[in-house]
Amino acid sequence: MTATKAPSEPTQKPAVRRPGDRIFAGTAKASGILILLVLAGVAAFLIGEAIPALTAPAEEIPGGEGLAAYIGPLILGTLMGALLALLVATPLAVAIALYVTYYAPRRIAAAMGYVIDLLAAIPSVVYGFWGLAVLAPALRPFHTWAADTLGFIPFFAGPASSTGRTMFTVGLVLAVMILPIISAISREVFSQAPALHREAALALGATRWEMIRMAVLPYGKSGVIAGAMLGLGRALGETMAVAIVLSGGAGATLTLISSANPSTIASNIALKFPEATGIDVNTLIASGLVLFVITLGVNMLARWVVNRRADFSGAN
Amino acid sequence: MSRGTELKLRTKTRATALTVALAGTLALAACGAANEQGNEGGGGDDQQSLSGDLVGAGASSQQAAMEAWQAGFQGEYPDVNFSYDPVGSGGGREQFIAGNTDFAGSDAALDEEELAAAQERCAGGEIFELPNYISPIAVMYNLPGVDELNLVPATIAGIFSGAITNWNDPAIAADNPDATLPDLPVTAVHRADDSGTTDNFTDYLFQAAGEVWTSEPDGVWPLQGGEAANGTSGVVGVVEGREGAITYADASRAGDLGVASVRVGEEFVAPTAESASAVVENSPAVEGRGEYDFAIEVNRETEGSGEYPIVLVSYHIGCIEYDDQAAADNVKAFMEYVISEDGQAAAEENAGSAPISDALREQAQGAVEAITAAS
Amino acid sequence: MSTPTRIAPEVPARPTGPVRTQRRLPRFAPLGLYLAGLALGAALAALTGSGLTTAVVYGVVLGTLAVFVASRIVEGPRKATDRLVTALVTTAFGIAMVPLLSLVWTVLDNGLPRFDAQFFTNSMYRVVGEGGGAYHAILGTLIITALATAISVPIGLMTAIYLVEYARGRLKKSITFFVDVMTGIPSIVAGLFAFALFTLLFGGGVRLGVMGAVALSVLMIPVVVRSCEEVLKLVPNELREASYALGVPKWRTVVKVVLPTAIAGLGTGITLAVARVVGETAPLLVTVGLITGTNLNPFDGRMATLPVFAFYQLTQPGTATQAFLDRAWTGALVLIILVMALNVVARLISRFFAPKTGR
Repeated sequence: MTATKAPSEPTQKPAVRRPGDRIFAGTAKASGILILLVLAGVAAFLIGEAIPALTAPAEEIPGGEGLAAYIGPLILGTLMGALLALLVATPLAVAIALYVTYYAPRRIAAAMGYVIDLLAAIPSVVYGFWGLAVLAPALRPFHTWAADTLGFIPFFAGPASSTGRTMFTVGLVLAVMILPIISAISREVFSQAPALHREAALALGATRWEMIRMAVLPYGKSGVIAGAMLGLGRALGETMAVAIVLSGGAGATLTLISSANPSTIASNIALKFPEATGIDVNTLIASGLVLFVITLGVNMLARWVVNRRADFSGAN
Repeated sequence: MSRGTELKLRTKTRATALTVALAGTLALAACGAANEQGNEGGGGDDQQSLSGDLVGAGASSQQAAMEAWQAGFQGEYPDVNFSYDPVGSGGGREQFIAGNTDFAGSDAALDEEELAAAQERCAGGEIFELPNYISPIAVMYNLPGVDELNLVPATIAGIFSGAITNWNDPAIAADNPDATLPDLPVTAVHRADDSGTTDNFTDYLFQAAGEVWTSEPDGVWPLQGGEAANGTSGVVGVVEGREGAITYADASRAGDLGVASVRVGEEFVAPTAESASAVVENSPAVEGRGEYDFAIEVNRETEGSGEYPIVLVSYHIGCIEYDDQAAADNVKAFMEYVISEDGQAAAEENAGSAPISDALREQAQGAVEAITAAS
Repeated sequence: MSTPTRIAPEVPARPTGPVRTQRRLPRFAPLGLYLAGLALGAALAALTGSGLTTAVVYGVVLGTLAVFVASRIVEGPRKATDRLVTALVTTAFGIAMVPLLSLVWTVLDNGLPRFDAQFFTNSMYRVVGEGGGAYHAILGTLIITALATAISVPIGLMTAIYLVEYARGRLKKSITFFVDVMTGIPSIVAGLFAFALFTLLFGGGVRLGVMGAVALSVLMIPVVVRSCEEVLKLVPNELREASYALGVPKWRTVVKVVLPTAIAGLGTGITLAVARVVGETAPLLVTVGLITGTNLNPFDGRMATLPVFAFYQLTQPGTATQAFLDRAWTGALVLIILVMALNVVARLISRFFAPKTGR
């Protein structure tokens, strides 16, 4: 924030306002405002198309029990998959960020960071292919094992799926997909940890881990939280990987490993939309609106955390 | 000073790179798809002089068959610009009624309201509905050592409703005296998504085994529990991966799985092209329809010999009279091809559907010949 | 608790040696121990008849344990914890590599059989069963992405210029904030937005290439804004001041001085933004649909795009299933190559066109 101010300062009182200047500045400003309008437009158009579903009698909504009964299990599925992904990815991403910033040999650290970033570049539909062809079959033994030994926990209630196309597998695929997001932001904040603090810790005889625990982690905590929330936002909205891997649509269940999984909002839209007509379209758009609101909330919270930290560290 | 030249150089290199990229794209675009070329020269037969657009939309169940039909049809009439939008049955009917398309593909016949609207849309007020795509739905199972399985409707309903939980259940054994049925739990697998297959299968259970199966027919599986999987390949995949699993799916996808024969009257009938087509042929027409409207109610409770009652029937819906000469000619030519033996064989090969019987073809032929343009 | 007793015997030893003598494991001992643990794990897995995965898991656990225990005995608990964390952190990195390598290998393995000339020169028009290709889908993807870029870059770049050169106060803050928020819009929601917009304009059931471009733009604009903003901020102020001092109007300063200086960074940022959207599937699925023939006009009906093509080939195969799967995987492979190529181009731009002067 503070850095941006510097370039614009000397230009605060331009000597003459030429027409060229006015046009250029106007266009630039218009573009900025257009972006705000687009965002508002996304909300407005979604609401506009969702209204018929909101006002329609319950019997006409697919499933015949009203909008809430239709979207409820989808929200549950969306949250389950995304939270599982977050749970798996966050510790892993923090560890990777630490490895790249403080453990990896200096010379190849940058390359390693780049390799992790490659994970973010792979299109989500390809993740779906991989999840379906590799991960789901590979996790099948785990599913049976979990159902047998951990079956008393509601999340692992059987019967285990015989295909592995479950919420659990989806959670892992999503974890891989959000890993680079969380680790990239964590990496950035970890590497910005004040050198003075780090060196002071080392000088006092701290081991590398103690130095990280005392000087790096407290400093980077809010960054990690923000990164995790951005990752959560991505996982909530992820469509194709879930649509391909998950065998969903079974209504609200908590179990992660059986073949009866709730679908997620995004994947449900992707699978149903191409053949939807009439009120079905509006219902799907209404569910998209719910997803939009959820991700918007998560992202705004994340940005708020990031920006608060940015203000704080700006003094550094 | 050197900065200026450097900048210029940079811009130039960039421009070059951009130009090369653009030129590459254009070159790629200019050469055209290899398999789409030669349309102009290809139609040497000057009898086949149809041209213009032929637009259809509707059921995605017909998609694979439609690809085969498109391939065959455009082999004969390369100048017709054919397209089929797999927007779903409901969307297909809607778009046809709105006049956006020339014909619709639909897993269900028009209902009363739609029929009235469709008659408005067509010049002469008359429409055709032809059951041109018949797909037998097989009950498939994975039981090593059991090559043949006979099931009565009530047993199928019991299996899929969860009442029958083990393969050695007396109800199954009663109809399979020769088979050694293992002591193995039954895993009934159903579609997780909304599908015409489920709709027809539950309709069969509801009608043929009404005392056991009480849920109304629906495209979405009506019961809780059991295994669910997305799409035909999904359910087949589950059954292939688990012993004791059973599901319902397009008969053409059975592969190595066992296919159950279903009790019809006094005998057990396996899903074949003939048996599927036979039941459609002998099913009663929906009453109060026009001369060329061959909408039927599939007779799930048939007792006719050699009829297999679990079939998905998909229609082609269009006008008998079109406003436009080209549209009439194109629809006529296309339908003629679809009901021809070649057309049905092409669909069988690509989509695994059951070719329509000669009687059905004759009946459809009458409708196709009646297609004209309003003058 | 046992720490003091363990350190105590060391104390008399200290004065005899050099000051730095603290008991340490030899330099390569941790690695050796780790490898020994790995080998043991493999042996154990082989004995119990488990697969490769179990072997690796056993090995990693045992190796980590071996290092930890040895270090704890020789070097004390603090150093041992440090070594444990080192092992864990390294393992985490290794774990992250598994999906990447597995994915790349799977796609190559499955995609190469159909990676032939036919795939790039044929469409699916009148193709039944085997054969056919993705010519129509590749072109569709290029056209729609190009259109999305043509929409996004002017808007995104101008917004970035506004934010860096002009904006002040509330508007600047809210634009920055909402651009950030916009980066988090789920791609399917962007697709629904484009669908709703065009439905309003052209009536129901409309499917156009340009709808996909609009949807992709919603996803692309914030990325372009963010990266261009970062780059423009890096342009040194002295350049602007020098220009103003010569009496050059502000807009000409921006166009002739700021942008050319930042061109490398802008190029990189925009290329990465293109890479971000080129593989998007969901918005195209709901707005553009799929056809079998080649349609190069984004303003007329459905178009084929590579991700959607691959998706449908995989999920809705016909009776010749293997042919469909082969095409799907080759589609995925081409998609990855496309994205990777864009990433490499972005790197090259920043490496070769970066201003050598500057700060």
